[in-house]
Amino acid sequence: MVEPTTEQGRAELEEVLSAAPAGALARREPDPRELLPGLEPERRVTDWGRSERVEGFLDRTLVEFFYRYWFRVEVEGIEHVPGDGGALLVSNHAGALPPDGSMIQRAVREEHPRRRPVHLTVEHFFKGYPGLAMLVPKVGGVPAHPANVHRLLHDEEQLVLVFPEGRKGTEKLVNARYRVRRFGRGGFVESAMRARAPIVPIAVVGAEEAMPAFAQLRALRRLTGLLYFPITPTFPHLGVLGMLAYLPAKFRIRFLTPVRTDDLGERPWRDRALVHDVAAEVRATIQDNLYDMVGKRRSVWLG
Amino acid sequence: MSAAVPRVESRRVLVTGLSTYWGGRLAQELERDPAVETIVGVDARDPRCELERTEFVRIGIQHALIRRIIDAAEIDTVIDTRLVVDSIWTPARAAHENNVIGTMNIVAACDGRDSPVRKLVFKSSAHYYGCERDDPAFFSEDMLRPHPPGTPIERDIVEAEGTVRDFAERNRDKTVTVLRFANALGPTLTTSHTRLLSLPAVPAILGFDPRYQFIHEDDIVGVLHSAVREDLHGIYNGAADGVLALSEVAGLLGKPLAPVLPPWGTGLVAGPLNRLGLRIPVEMLNQLRYGRGLDNRKLKAAGFQPRYTTREAVLDFAEHLRTRPLRESAREPYRYEREVEEFLRWSPSVRRPGAPGGERPPGGESKAQPHAT
Repeated sequence: MVEPTTEQGRAELEEVLSAAPAGALARREPDPRELLPGLEPERRVTDWGRSERVEGFLDRTLVEFFYRYWFRVEVEGIEHVPGDGGALLVSNHAGALPPDGSMIQRAVREEHPRRRPVHLTVEHFFKGYPGLAMLVPKVGGVPAHPANVHRLLHDEEQLVLVFPEGRKGTEKLVNARYRVRRFGRGGFVESAMRARAPIVPIAVVGAEEAMPAFAQLRALRRLTGLLYFPITPTFPHLGVLGMLAYLPAKFRIRFLTPVRTDDLGERPWRDRALVHDVAAEVRATIQDNLYDMVGKRRSVWLG
Repeated sequence: MSAAVPRVESRRVLVTGLSTYWGGRLAQELERDPAVETIVGVDARDPRCELERTEFVRIGIQHALIRRIIDAAEIDTVIDTRLVVDSIWTPARAAHENNVIGTMNIVAACDGRDSPVRKLVFKSSAHYYGCERDDPAFFSEDMLRPHPPGTPIERDIVEAEGTVRDFAERNRDKTVTVLRFANALGPTLTTSHTRLLSLPAVPAILGFDPRYQFIHEDDIVGVLHSAVREDLHGIYNGAADGVLALSEVAGLLGKPLAPVLPPWGTGLVAGPLNRLGLRIPVEMLNQLRYGRGLDNRKLKAAGFQPRYTTREAVLDFAEHLRTRPLRESAREPYRYEREVEEFLRWSPSVRRPGAPGGERPPGGESKAQPHAT
């Protein structure tokens, strides 16, 4: 009964499972997927805290409005999102209160033939902030913990959307727009490799102008306990409403050719160099497509 | 690890914490199991439930003399049900004595080559994982909590499990089971959670709707019993299928959710509320904020399927809440009377037609020193 850290523990567990397990393990050959609890039909909230009711209501009202009339989202390459099995969607990330996540969710639900739900990984911060802690899980937000991503991707075979730029993306000021930041430490690639799920890069144009940040106020950030405290065209002088007052930038979402992770050999995540290579490749693909898309558009507002 | 451990036939069982709710329930369950021939229960207080053939030995809270009982009765299986996980019933100091020192002594009593004990089952709690912002949504057994334990009870549990883990590493030929249970719920159980859910409205922290997972009391007894019948080597999470949002729990109970606790300064408000009778332990405050989910698939893979899902456990509890006022007036509380118990057990005048515990194996009991303290 050794108790190593999470990462180590999983690696060792895998070794035990792959190296001809003895005794109880061999007798039953447990596939973790078969033992997943099913959702009882009477339930309205999933085990992740996702509520179809709340999500559906927002989808019909706020998201519908922004998707169709305000941002006039156009989607390319939806066929790159697989119809079944887990897949990791990776996108660039921007805007003080980023609209890109829910727009991508909506795009997959709207355009994809299977209308698959997308789970959005969010910072742990959201779980600890009153109000947001209640709302974010209801609309499909899941804390960005490697174990959560693995369960969703591998065991439940869901679509998971990650923003590897994280806070560095949403924090950046308007003059740094469309310059994709460092992709974390490649954790998302590792997650995809462990789950043997493909990575679908996504380039989003428009989000970076929908709510540009002109400055970040550190003192007010500390005071409010928020992740950051930006000055945008409408925030903070219009108050909380200003957080939803996006500028009507034209949105284009381009789904790109998936990067396979199941043909990289046994346990490719052990090879740090390979992980970084894949991460850099995904980042470069997104960046190139952003240059292409920004170069082709004539107007920020009309597209 | 599991391959090296020989199969254990549990026949002579010692239940520590017989007078706790779980000890009593488990002993009652074991009494119905014909494969178990002897059940000895120890505790510092009198048992609170009726027992048929279980021997009760009163012993100090630190369990210092337990080794002699184990040797004398040739106990092969020790089940430790005595861990205090609810800090509102026991002062922190007493809980520490019980959880840390008590576990140390019980484990020491099972230790050693010449010890008859082949199996140790330790009932632990999901408080081992704590409840933090940075938690994974589902804890599996190999995960560690992201931050060191913050509350006395959690520290105790981590320390007690450490003692058991050391024991397991020293005694690789013995089966050691650690069961980490989610919050229990059921009609006959009283915990700080059942008390909270019995209120006219379910208190919550403003702006939070935490994820809650329960396990039905019968399932806990069932898991403990199957840990005696079969060999579950290692650590297992005990939880029902399904994780509910607290708002869902309140909905199933037919009660409104009352966000009476402020998101900031929650601890400051909880203090005065304590005085008013709304007792919320620190661990529960964390749960009301962040919630917790467990991955129960390891236990299911080992062959135990909980009978109740979390939703069904809540519904069963709701049913009980509705009928409780009717039942309470009718029930008479059980009182342990030593003379009566001894008469029923030993007197030749008592007839025991074909009862499984009717035939008593000679010896053992007299050496067990029933009055040791």
